[in-house]
Order: sequence, then C-alpha cells, then structure tokens
Amino acid sequence: MNIEGKKAIWKDYQKEIADDKYYYVRSCVRQNFFPGSETAFLKIMREELKKDVYEHPCHTSCSGIGYHSDIVPVETTMTIVARQFAIMTEAGYENLLPSCITSFGLYTEILDTWHHFPEIEEKIRVQLKKATGREFNKPKNLAHASDVIYKFRKEIAAKAKFKLINKNTGEPLKVVDHIGCHYAKMFPSKGVGGAEYPFVLTGMIEEWGGQIIDYPERRHCCGFGFRQYLVQANRGFSIACSKEKFESMKPYKPDMIITNCPGCPMFLDRWQYVINEMEGKRYGQNGEGIPVFTYEEVAGLVLGYNPWDLGLQMHQTDCEPVLDKIGIEYSPEDKYNTKINVEYSKNHNLINV
Amino acid sequence: MSKHVVVIGGGVAGLEAAGRLSKVGFEVSLLEKEDKTGGHLNNWYKLFPDRRSSSEVNEYLDRISINGQVKLLTNTTIEKFSRNKTNLTILTNNGEELVADAVIVATGFDLFKSSRKEEYGYGIYDNVITSAELEEMFWKNNIALVNGKEPEKIGIVHCVGSRDEKVGNLYCSKLCCVTAVKQAIEIREYLPESKVFCFYMDMRMGGAYYEELYREAQEKWGVSFIRGKVSEAGESFDNKLVIKVEDTLAGRPLKMELDMLVLMAGMEMSEGGKKIAALGGLNTGENKFFAAADHHFGSNVSNVEGVFYAGTCTAPMNITETISHARAAVSEVMEYLKDDRK
Repeated sequence: MNIEGKKAIWKDYQKEIADDKYYYVRSCVRQNFFPGSETAFLKIMREELKKDVYEHPCHTSCSGIGYHSDIVPVETTMTIVARQFAIMTEAGYENLLPSCITSFGLYTEILDTWHHFPEIEEKIRVQLKKATGREFNKPKNLAHASDVIYKFRKEIAAKAKFKLINKNTGEPLKVVDHIGCHYAKMFPSKGVGGAEYPFVLTGMIEEWGGQIIDYPERRHCCGFGFRQYLVQANRGFSIACSKEKFESMKPYKPDMIITNCPGCPMFLDRWQYVINEMEGKRYGQNGEGIPVFTYEEVAGLVLGYNPWDLGLQMHQTDCEPVLDKIGIEYSPEDKYNTKINVEYSKNHNLINV
Repeated sequence: MSKHVVVIGGGVAGLEAAGRLSKVGFEVSLLEKEDKTGGHLNNWYKLFPDRRSSSEVNEYLDRISINGQVKLLTNTTIEKFSRNKTNLTILTNNGEELVADAVIVATGFDLFKSSRKEEYGYGIYDNVITSAELEEMFWKNNIALVNGKEPEKIGIVHCVGSRDEKVGNLYCSKLCCVTAVKQAIEIREYLPESKVFCFYMDMRMGGAYYEELYREAQEKWGVSFIRGKVSEAGESFDNKLVIKVEDTLAGRPLKMELDMLVLMAGMEMSEGGKKIAALGGLNTGENKFFAAADHHFGSNVSNVEGVFYAGTCTAPMNITETISHARAAVSEVMEYLKDDRK
C-alpha cells in the first residue's frame, strides 16, 4: 500500500471547522449506548481546550432515525431541524456541532437541499413560523464533534498522559477505524479525508501514537444499517455484517476499534458479545474480544481520565486489555460503583472479564 | 502568397490535418506541446481491431506531415490567442507570434485520472494500473506485478471515468470496451495460464470488427465477461487485491481476489484544450469537449470565425474516425479560404 496515494486524497478533502463558540446538539441514543462520551467531550472542550460550547435544554431529537426509517416525513424532519437552527440563532451561536453522525448527515443533507431548492427552505421557514413563531439563520459552520476533536488532536496530544503505544513492546497499538455512513458517504466533501479513505479518526490515532489498520472489509457496514436492525426480521443480516468485518480484521491482530457514530460502536461492541455467546468465537488476541471505543473515550483515555468516569464499564466487550497494554491504571473494584458508592447492576458473561 | 494555417496539437488529428493542408499548398505551422509528435499513439502498443502495430500508423502520419512544408514547433504551448478582423494571432510560450488565416484546433484528449475513482485504489494499492500502463508493459514485453512475479488473475474494469455522474462525465468514451477486449486477448497470449475477468456495464462494440474481436476473446481466449461495476478494491492480508462487484446477470454480489486490476481510463477534454478554449473564447459543451457549431453537418466548425476542430478535442473517437475528422477539417479550411475572404 502506498501511503502517499492516500495523502494525496486527504489533501483534497479538508473542510472548514470552526475553532470556537459552538452550539452543541446531543444525540438521542449515545447517552444510553456510551453514557460517558458526550460528558467527556464537553469536559475536553471546556476544561482542556477552553472553548465556548453551548447547550440548550429545548433542543430535541433531529428525527433522523425516524426519517431514515421512513417513519417521519422529510418536511416534518426539516421543520424539526429548522427549530434547532432557530434555538441556535436565539442563543447567538452560528457554529453547529452535532454529537450524532446521523444528525450531522441530516443537517448536511437539508442544508444542501435548501441550497439547490430555495423554495423548499422558504416553505419550511413559513411552517416553522406558523408552528412555533420562530425564525432562524442557517449555521455558518457545521462540523461533527469528531471533526472538532480531529482539529484539536495536536492540542490533545500535547496534554496527553498516555500514548496509544503498547508499554510492553513499545509498538504502536493497531487500531481499526470505522466511520459512520452518514459522516461522509452522502457528501464526501463534508468529511475530513472524504468517504473512501476517511482521515478524521486516522488523524487522531496517528497523532496519539497508534497505527491504523487497512483491512479488506474496512468499508463494510458495521451491522446497524438502520433497516438491518430496526426491522426485527433483518437482524440476522446485522450480525452477519459485523461478523464479516471481524473475520476480515482478525488477521491484522487489532488492539482496538475507534468509531465516530452512535450505531457503529454499539453494534461492533454488542455483536462481539452475541457472537461469543452463539459460537464461542472471539476476534482479539489471546482469546479476548476487540475493545470498541468512541473517539471521545479514546481522547479521554489519552488525557488520563478515569476509565470508569468515561463509562467504559458499560461496554459489553471489556476494555481492560487495552488499558493494560497502554499502562492505564484503574480500580477493578470501582468498576461498577457510582461516584456515591452505589453499585451498578452488573452485566454477566462479559467478554474479556 | 499562400495562406497560413496553424494546427494546434501534433497527435493523430493534427498530423493528418497538417500533412493534408501542406499537400494542397497551404503554409502550415504545427504546434506540439511535447518534444515529439504522435500524442497518445506513442504510448499504445497495438491497435484494435486488427492489432496492427501503432508504429505503422505513426510512420504513416510522419510521412504525410513531413512531406510538404509543415513548420513543426515542438515544446510549444499557446499563451495568447486572439482574432482581429482579418486574421488570428497566436503568441507561443517561446515568444513567437504567429499570424494565421485559419487555425485548426487538434488538442486531443487527456486520459481520465484514475485516482479520481478513489474506490479502485489507484495510486494506493500495488498492482492497480491503468490501460495505458498495461500498454507500456506490452511495449516492454513484461507483464509483471510490483514484486516482479507474473500475475495469474487479472481483472479489467470498464468505464473508469466514463458514464459516471459522480465524476461529472455522463458520456461514453467509446473506445474503452474494445481496448479492454484487445488487452484481455493480449494478456492471455502473453500469459497463457492467466485468467482474465472483464467487469462491464454494457459491451459497446460499435465499430467495424469490434464484435468479432469480442467473440474471439470469449471463444478462443476464454476471457470472462461479468456484467457489473466494481464497487471497491482493497488489499488482503497477503497483499492480494480484493474487489467487490455486483454480478447483475447472476443477481448477486461477488467478492474476488486478484493479482492485478487494470482500469480502462476514459477520455476527457485535454488540459491544453481547456486553456485554448478560455484564451480563444471557444465554446465547450456539457461534456467539456469543444462544442462544434452543428452536430451533424458542422462538427469541424467552431463559434469563432476561421477556427476549426479536428479529432478527439470534440468527442471520443477512434483513430479511423479521427483521421476522417481531420480530413473533414482540412476540407472546411479549404472552403473557408478559397475566396480570399481575408
């Protein structure tokens, strides 16, 4: 493989990412799936990078999952999105910063639609005004939260307490990156590095000491694919997709997986547990699973945050093998304790425990 | 005093036009940006459909253009191009000013840059090559992988940069299908143990003896033709190419390991042509090639008086069509200059 070829492509796909004063919109599902990620993001942005990140309690779901599942009509979705823009405008912000990849894709798609069909934008403005009395400005800058972490990856590296390096061998950790479909596949120019060889997560990993693996099923679906999971009868396809990826990456002996989508880490993490239950098969080294992380979790680990504050105890493929390789200290006893010393209910039969 | 005609581009069309113009008595200047004439023909080994050597055609073109009084200016590009009431003025990069009574633009085409189809991994994965690079291997009599070994399984992807909305080229480049068939046969001749797979959308064999060549590829050489586009190429753990295709006849997705992938790069308006279009105010069409005044009976005529087109600067053409088109351009110039219209 010729890395220079990839670099030439990456050069073509650089996007403008605002450097401060963000209006942050949370994901509907990430706080359930990976509950520490958004908290970690805000901590990194506000406390480490000293950035102005604003949140508003009236922000709602963007309805993207409903839209992509053919449940919510597109005009309704557009009006909901217009309301988010209105709240951002009222708060005095211009840089929209979604946490969710599907939201990011949806906002990008709607802005592009309005650009090509201004009459639709006008119609939505009228609908929003009638329904809520609100008016809005379109965001001046739209960047996904992973874009922003990518932008400040060097600043994070400068503050890092750990590197993504195996402390026993001195070798970089081998990392599989997986980008959400709605990040760049619909609009390659809106993703750092484009859709075919995305750089957004690769850039973070390389900056923090790790090494990205290029494997044949790199572009294959994580297993979510919306209909594959949301339609119950299709769930066999969902797990089959994830399995295809695991089989393909296994020979490269990955230490971990990093993702930037709500769905991808969920399915890559949970389906490993299910495959282990069904077939007794694990894809990591030494009979372990491959730990799966969000980019905020990885940033948090690099910065030395407590793994349990990052919510890593909620993973079904446990993260301890990676923590041990990096040399991050953690307290096994505290894993399921809350900060007020109440014990969470424990998962059973976890991989890597 | 004979009229002066400038021909821009020393490929097939330019050489043919310059030679013919010179033969009928015009003073001709032929401008070529490279250090020698011949254009893309210099890089091609054998030609379809009869697989004659490209050097035979090159020799013919040299002969016709050397005969007569063609003034050949190599390493020459155009910096200014303007028309006044009576003639056209061209300023070259060498500072030479040429005043012409008529100009034939024969700037040809550029091969589509295959790296723009990022999913095929050209420039990223070893052993993903273009049709032009395969011709180079034929010239060297050495079809080999980067590691020097002979490939056993070779895939050929049709329509790379053609009929592709994603890259902005809706048109068919017309020659890639038959080039793929020709190259598949040549690979099988050179490597009799190899397996060759062509991945196509439609087989467009619209030329004399093309269909026969296609049949020969299947019946005599056992080339497999699979109807479906390659969606992506990757690299396996042992450095083999892995491609994904939808076999639309079988109605199922296909994953295949290959040693080599050859991309049939399409034709695009040349960069030189784009520059001249901008300098001279020449119209281009939706396909970005020069737009002729009339598709049916004015395909050599431009929107600027005294400027004519020859060859693939107007649309993809094979060599036969290019030579015919160049001769038609000469005929237009003769018609234009016959009444001493200056």
